[in-house]
Amino acid sequence: MIYRTGRFFRYFGRLAVFVQDTFSFLFFKRRSIHSITREVVSVGIESLFLVSLISFFVGIIIAFQTAYQLKRLSSEIYIASLVVLSLTRELGPVLSCLVIAARSGASITAGIGSMKISEQIDALEAFSVNPIDYLVVPKFIALVISCPILVIYADFLGVFGGYIVGMLKFSIPFSFYFKLTLEALTYKDILSGLIKSVFFASIIAFVSCFEGLRPHSSVEVAKAVTFSVVRSFILIIICDCILTAIFYFIFV
Amino acid sequence: MSIIKLENVSKSFEGRKILEDINFSVEEGQSFLILGKSGAGKTVLLKHIIGLIKPDKGKIYIDGADITSLSRERLDKVRLKFGIVFQSSALFDFLTVKENVGFALYHHSDLNYEQIEREVAYALEMVGLGGTQNLYPYQLSGGMKKRVAIARAIIYRPKIIIYDEPTTGVDPISVDKIVSIIRDLHKRLSITTLIVTHDLAVGFSLAEMCVFISEGRVLFKGKKEDFYKLDDEKIKKFIHAGLFEFKSEVDR
Repeated sequence: MIYRTGRFFRYFGRLAVFVQDTFSFLFFKRRSIHSITREVVSVGIESLFLVSLISFFVGIIIAFQTAYQLKRLSSEIYIASLVVLSLTRELGPVLSCLVIAARSGASITAGIGSMKISEQIDALEAFSVNPIDYLVVPKFIALVISCPILVIYADFLGVFGGYIVGMLKFSIPFSFYFKLTLEALTYKDILSGLIKSVFFASIIAFVSCFEGLRPHSSVEVAKAVTFSVVRSFILIIICDCILTAIFYFIFV
Repeated sequence: MSIIKLENVSKSFEGRKILEDINFSVEEGQSFLILGKSGAGKTVLLKHIIGLIKPDKGKIYIDGADITSLSRERLDKVRLKFGIVFQSSALFDFLTVKENVGFALYHHSDLNYEQIEREVAYALEMVGLGGTQNLYPYQLSGGMKKRVAIARAIIYRPKIIIYDEPTTGVDPISVDKIVSIIRDLHKRLSITTLIVTHDLAVGFSLAEMCVFISEGRVLFKGKKEDFYKLDDEKIKKFIHAGLFEFKSEVDR
């Protein structure tokens, strides 16, 4: 038990030092737009399909679930506002970022891990190029840019999924559905979702890169990928819980 | 003057002694061999020399500067004196041959793109790989990767070039090519050359002086001619195994 607790604190201690190093390079060095654009495109494209699929179907599911409850009150019309609020405030950022952690986070860990075991990280250091500066910072910036974009995109698709249910099941016209959607939405809802996505993006970037730099053999790379996804998931959920509580007190 | 000097260097990992009181020096312009069987601690020693690992005890002087006590920034400057060919070639998978070879120039020189392209073409011609600029590492054979790694190591005009197992994992024809390239570069560029290998025939065909490492200790240092005259059991075994390997290759 003591050993496990010690290991837990050692892990977070090392992760904290890693985060500090990343920020020291982030703010004190200029970097090329080209390398960041390449990473943004890579992260965005990698996760686009899964994010689209999941957000669209989640929109449909929320619409059905809320309709089931609202039918008793004969208030099916409110599915538009419930879908958009649950998506922008909670499900959009959380589900999209879990997908990104599983897809792009795993690929970042595997990529950096294989570089580590094939001495490419040593080669970077031997060329006096810091691996955190060269590999981690562009990925961090890319994730912080692409996650909010993917979250907004997921929100739109989820709302569209909700509209499909509204149209087919309750014959709500397009213009009316979107009027209700926009009426329900406030800037706080969008803002809280976007702030959450930035925090989740940082978690994905730090955990996936940190785990990628740890392995010493190919077996350890496979383990690192699993750790990266699992730890990102756990931290995203914990962070979501904390941020939701904070926003509750700020925005109430 | 000694360009590399090690004084009482010791290193342990998890209580296991890997290097113990290593002492030797390499003179400027010399071709020097670090010999030892697999697992003897050669690569760990090499990583100490380029400052990737810090010793538990002892000092390492590169061109007069003790790298064990240097700050990260100053160590980066010292590292630019090295050109390193890693055991696994360590070419960056996501970069083309041109970008790999020009890596140090892109990061540490004021040359413009056209000048770097010219330097890359020249370095690739020197290793007999002209015209491969736009290929990716996965499109190259093992021998070609080693030669690209050599071109990458020499492009910044280093004072010291280090070869870690330069002929491991390549076919006999490529071995001959690599050996002749190393010999030719040493003659043409007069760079201090440090070769780390377990291959007796390759090592002695390239170096004038050598150290023999066994179980983390230096068992021999001196001229290669004197190596065969020694009466040490471990060295005799190593020579015998080396000759057997050489004979098997000839028979084949």
